[in-house]
Amino acid sequence: MKPLERYRPLIDDFEAFIDACERPLPSAVRVNTIKATPEQTMAAFDEAGIGYERADWAEGVFRLETTSPGTTWPSVHGWIHGQEEVSSLPAMVLDPQPGERVWDAAAAPGSKATQLSALMEDRGLVVANDNNLGRLSALRFNAERLGVTNMAVTNQDARNFSLKPLGEGSEDDRRVDAFDRALVDAPCSCEGTIRKNPDTFDEWSLGHVESVAGIQQGILRRAIQATKPGGRVVYSTCTFAPEENERVLDQVLDREDCRIVEQDIPLEHAPGVTEFEGEQFDPDVAKAARIYPHHNDTGGFFCATLEVGR
Amino acid sequence: MSDNVGDRFDRLPATADEREVEGRATREEVVDWWQNRFDLPAGTFEQYTLWEKGAGKIWIFADDIPSPTRIEGLGMTFLRTRQEHWKPTTDAAQRFGRAASKNVIELSEDEARAFLAGEDQELDWDGDWGYLIAAHDVGGERESLGVGLYVYGELRSMMPKGRQREL
Repeated sequence: MKPLERYRPLIDDFEAFIDACERPLPSAVRVNTIKATPEQTMAAFDEAGIGYERADWAEGVFRLETTSPGTTWPSVHGWIHGQEEVSSLPAMVLDPQPGERVWDAAAAPGSKATQLSALMEDRGLVVANDNNLGRLSALRFNAERLGVTNMAVTNQDARNFSLKPLGEGSEDDRRVDAFDRALVDAPCSCEGTIRKNPDTFDEWSLGHVESVAGIQQGILRRAIQATKPGGRVVYSTCTFAPEENERVLDQVLDREDCRIVEQDIPLEHAPGVTEFEGEQFDPDVAKAARIYPHHNDTGGFFCATLEVGR
Repeated sequence: MSDNVGDRFDRLPATADEREVEGRATREEVVDWWQNRFDLPAGTFEQYTLWEKGAGKIWIFADDIPSPTRIEGLGMTFLRTRQEHWKPTTDAAQRFGRAASKNVIELSEDEARAFLAGEDQELDWDGDWGYLIAAHDVGGERESLGVGLYVYGELRSMMPKGRQREL
């Protein structure tokens, strides 16, 4: 827990924050609306005698009383997907529409990419990219079980992602020259997953935070470039470090044609921080959301919405 | 006629007249096979494009992009062709099987569990031999579980190893 001490000045009720970080996380699932409705899923839970509680902030998110939701009929049929409650947030904030073409820049193992597909009613295109081929096989497995048909899977370094395999620049009218929306759920130091992975801080170092921040900035910049003018890009991490959150946004605002916009966050949260350890960030980063574990009894999360310049 | 290139996705030709690759199934043949085998509502696959990657593996995709393309995945695996008996995939049986009204074998709870575990079972079946959609009741509705091969009084579970579970 020691690395968390540095966030004491940022967090109102720091003791409640630490207490929450020390508690294990409830088991949560998301209903996959490609295959089932929340009502069908509840009927199946009832039939199987599985206790559940509906999340009040998101339709189709349930907390389960079983610790092994994977060995139930709803899971076998791809009606549900085990996904930490707060991790359902960024896809909802991105709000992709059926028929659009959407990029998930760092998609494996596919929880959020498959959620994008479901929000789009499995129409249009989700390009699920990841640079790690091994993790892509986990993504493929999840997409198959969940019945996704609108996904193209690519294996590229997101920082210099090429749309050429999607026909960019060709004469073919089916080509994808740019995306309508993009999700950058960036690789991060994962401090917010401490409740799920108690060994998160074993490997923690400020050097790692700084180096992953460079990658995050590269991915977010490419996402801005690859999205149409006026399109939305959601940037999220599961970490608290301002170096990986507000500072990344601050630097991308300087380098790309985009702005941070207001977003609708249906969970208790704190605003992005405009100052940390003597460093100032663009005032607009306050429009981002910091979700701490003690706010809603979830993991920790960061989420911001950007609009590409018109 | 050119040879199939296995490491990329190629959109299927609409009909035999447009076929340019040796042995490639056409969109018409694949759609007809699914429609006829499982008596699905007309137009079930109208909004999808069909692709081949690998030798005979057909993929179903909700959108359309320029063909060919070298990427890791495009939609869902749908049907195995380039063999005597075409074989539907578990993913597609689960995704599209709910609307099927023919060649669906309904299993009891215990039979469904055995099927999920990958076990072969002796079962009565009056219909065609060959690939069937195995279904059972979940929460009061019939839901498709996967693909079974029915021959000689036996339903052989085609549930892929990675999807087999002991419930």
